[in-house]
Order: sequence, then C-alpha cells, then structure tokens
Amino acid sequence: MSGRPRIVAAMTHSAIITSGLKKAYTDTVVLDGIDLDVPTGTVFSLLGPNGAGKTTTVNVLTTLLRMDGGTARVAGYDLATETKEVRSSIGVTGQFASVDELLSGRENVQLMVDLHHVKGREDKDVVERLLRRFELEDSADKPSSTYSGGMRRKLDLAMTLVGRPQIIFLDEPTTGLDPRSRRTMWNIVRELVADGMTIFLTTQDLDEADQLADKIAVLDHGRLVAEGTPEQLKRQIPGGHVQLRFPAAAQLGAAARVLPGSTPDEESLSLRVPSDGGVRSLRNLLEQLDEYAIDVEEFTVQMPDLDDVFLALTGDSSSPAESEMEVISK
Amino acid sequence: MSTDAAIMLRRNFKHTLRNPVTLFNAVLMPIIMMLLFVYVFGDAFNVGGGDYINYATPGMLMLAIVYGLSATAVAVSTDMTKGIINRFKVMDVSRSAVLSGHVVSTMVRTTLALVAVIGVAFLLGFNPSGSLLDWLAAGGVLLLVVFAVSWLTVAFGLAAKTPESAGFSTVPLIMLPFFSSAIVPADKMGAGIRDFAHYQPFTSMIESIRGFLSGAPNTGQTLAAIGWSLAIALVGYIWAQSKFNTQA
Repeated sequence: MSGRPRIVAAMTHSAIITSGLKKAYTDTVVLDGIDLDVPTGTVFSLLGPNGAGKTTTVNVLTTLLRMDGGTARVAGYDLATETKEVRSSIGVTGQFASVDELLSGRENVQLMVDLHHVKGREDKDVVERLLRRFELEDSADKPSSTYSGGMRRKLDLAMTLVGRPQIIFLDEPTTGLDPRSRRTMWNIVRELVADGMTIFLTTQDLDEADQLADKIAVLDHGRLVAEGTPEQLKRQIPGGHVQLRFPAAAQLGAAARVLPGSTPDEESLSLRVPSDGGVRSLRNLLEQLDEYAIDVEEFTVQMPDLDDVFLALTGDSSSPAESEMEVISK
Repeated sequence: MSTDAAIMLRRNFKHTLRNPVTLFNAVLMPIIMMLLFVYVFGDAFNVGGGDYINYATPGMLMLAIVYGLSATAVAVSTDMTKGIINRFKVMDVSRSAVLSGHVVSTMVRTTLALVAVIGVAFLLGFNPSGSLLDWLAAGGVLLLVVFAVSWLTVAFGLAAKTPESAGFSTVPLIMLPFFSSAIVPADKMGAGIRDFAHYQPFTSMIESIRGFLSGAPNTGQTLAAIGWSLAIALVGYIWAQSKFNTQA
C-alpha cells in the first residue's frame, strides 16, 4: 500500500474519534472504554475474534445502537446529538450483504438512488456507473437472490456508494468469500481509499488487516489490547517458529540443549524453535543439528498467524513460555 | 416522509408481483374457506332464521383479514433479519416509512381479498339489506380493523427471531375469529368458550359489520369494535416503533 497519495490538509482532522466508548447490555459489558482515532483518508482495521465486540462497535458508530458512555465524533459530527448529519456522511456494509433478494441488482441500486432523492438525469447515470464499476452489468436484471456471495457483497457496496459517503464501515467484508472474490474486494477497498474515502474495516483475518490497513487496533472482550501500524503490531507478536519432531526422547533432549530458546514438548516429541523463517537462519539451524548428528523426523516452518497475535496480546498475562505451550498443544 | 413511504410501498408491491403466491394465498384461501363453511357445512348450521350465507359473510370477511397477516409478518421479519432495515436506518430514511409501507401494502392486499370474498358471497346468494350508507360504514370498520391488526402484525414480525417464527406468531390471530361469532353465534358455544366469544374483540367487529350489512346497525358493538381497533393499533404501533428503534 505504499505510494498512495495522501492529502495533507485532510490529515489534520480525524474521520472518527472516540473516547471511552462504552456499551453494555443488561448483564454483560460489550464495549469497555474504547478510544479510537481514525485519520481521514486512511484504512483503519479493527481486528478481533468472534464476540470481541467488533460488530457492536460498528453498530454504535453507525448510529444503530446508542452508546452508554463516552464521546464520539464521526465525520466531525457528534454521534450523540448530530445523528442525522452522521448518517448522511457514512455508508455501511454489514456482515451479511443486505440486499433485497426479490429485487434485481439494478432495482436494488435504483432503490438507494430513490431514497437518497438523487434528481433527474443524474440518477440513471449513477445506477449504470455503479453497476459497471462493480462488473454487475451482465446480471443487473436478474434477481439478486441468484447472485454469488462475491457479487452480493459488490452489489451491497454499490448500494452503499450511492449516498457518496465520506466514511465507509465494512463489517467483515470478506467473511465467507472465496480467495478470488476476497482479492477483488481488497482491490475495491484500495480504490475507495484512493478516491479519498475513509474505511473502517473489521476483520478476523490478520492477513487482511495487514494487506489493507494503515492502522490496526486489536479488540478483545470489549477492550483495545493493542494499536499501531501493521509493522508495529507484528513486532509485538512472537515471531515465526520452526517445529521439529524427533524419533525419540533422547534426540529431543539433545536438540533442546543445543538450540537456545527452544521449547520442548515431551509428549509429541517435538521442539519449537523461534525463527524468522529466513533461508540463512534455517540453514544455520540444520547445520547445528547436523553437527551434533541429531536425527530429525519432521521439519516445518510456521509464520505467525492470528492465533499467535491473540495469544501474545490477549493471553491472560501468562508467561511467554506458557502461551507458547498453548500453541503447541493445539 | 410521504415520499419515502411511497418508495417503500412501491418496493413492497414489486415483492408481491415477484412472489404472486402471497397474493393468491391471501385471496384464494378465504374464498376456499367460505365455500367450505357455506357450501359444504352450511346446511348443518342453524343460526336462527335466514340463509346461512347472510349470517356467515361478515365472519368470512374477518377470516380473510387475519388469514393474510402471516405474509406481512414474514416480510417484515425478512427485512429485519436480512439487514435491510438496518440499511434504511443508517441511511436516515424516514423512521416510519419502512413500517408504514408494510402496513399500507397489507391493507391494499387485504382489501383485494375482501372484495373477492364479497363477490363470491353474492354468487352464493348473499342478500344483504343494508343501505349504501351502511355499506360505507361497514367498509370503514373493516379498514380500521385491517389497519389495527396490520400494525400488530408488523410488531410481531419485528419481534420474531426468524421469518419462520414470525409466520407462526400470527397463528393465534388467525385462530381467534373461530372463537368468535364468525361461524356460529356465541350463544351456541360451550360454557367456557361462550363467555370468551362474547367479549373478545373479533365478536364486536363481526357483529358491527353484521349489523350494517343487515340494515340494522348495532351502535354498541360498533363503538366496541372501534375502541378495540384503536387500542390494538396503538399497542401494535408503539411496540413496533420501540422494536424498530432499539434492535440493531
């Protein structure tokens, strides 16, 4: 995402800024004091597992739910008192594409045009332009119930864009999509940002956040546990590792002594060695094993995934060794 | 507000055209019920004087009203669970437009069913003695009843977790006219049911219409019918609005 033009003037204010945002239902606290600052014209990703409070955050910021505490400004408007202004500045694409299944793609977009009261000549153009942009022209007159998951998301997004929003909320936009549709969706997001929009994206997928976001915040049990650029965040995560499996306990013990920082697991006769996954360090590792003539049965390189991130950031402050053991036992 | 509601209404009409089964069901089923009760069982009912069709038609109109409601509950619930309502809410579409669109389209669909039932009643020998004014009054009461139960049904639809359970939630409403004076007079029912049938809303509504169509307006029952309808409409409206505003 390098080389994207940044509008310096626009960077001086925040598209979304919240302080101590709270939301609770009768017996459970869903959001427990969320502070966010999303600069205009950037992609902000809220990363977290199911039930972390991602959708609730989106629902509160998009005026669907009332916050119980804290303050928030969206597009410069106060979320609590200037609801109408907030609504006219945002677009939302929910977790499940919300299209009218009995209407065709064209009728769905037209419905949005009608509701936004776009006048006269312009409205025909808007519909056709959006259908073309999202490559939906060929199926524009078929009922949207016949669309594939990827097409539905595209239609949903086209409907959202009718209102020319400054900020778009995408709640898990690629959940359930095949890899190809996922890439298409990523490209669309990049185009939207290039057009000057601000994107607030929720995802469970570290890779997706990494690909798209300028800034990532990790949400767990209604609290932000980490925030930063993808690079900053990855530096906080335990690196990748190499997993070695041995034929017997003797070799495992020998290897554990030779390789500093490694974590043995007696039960599965495997050893977890921290590694950056680079060719040089892997060659070193193998040479060391050779030098001591230690037999290795299986050798796998694993790069950090979402599990590692969550364990590292949300693991209940247990020691690193313990949290690594958890990964091994999985 | 009115433009948004008109857009919503147009959307609902498109739904009906795409899914004509709903309309057929709403119009055809009441007619089948009427043929069943009047043509097949009719001779067995002794409702005291006159042709059974003259007694049964007002009740059949009530059955036609409630029968079409499940389609409305399903439609509202589908809008809610598929996220369409959330989309409209975020767009700042007039708050009442989505729901009043459903109420108005239900009223239009039900009116078609009522006209069809009255048409078939005449074919079966219905011979009412009400004046034109009586007919207009009966029409007014019918529309008020449809309006009331439509709002209640919209609330049912919003309260339901799934479209399937929304459809099922209207079953009590559909059953209620059977325990009123729709098919036979309440006096002829068993002891427990009799009291219930005497005082439940549908009996007032049916007796009011029966009075107008037979040319002998029943002021007491008409006032009760209007009172019941306003109360049901108010409960439905407030319940629906609160569900609409709090659910996300």
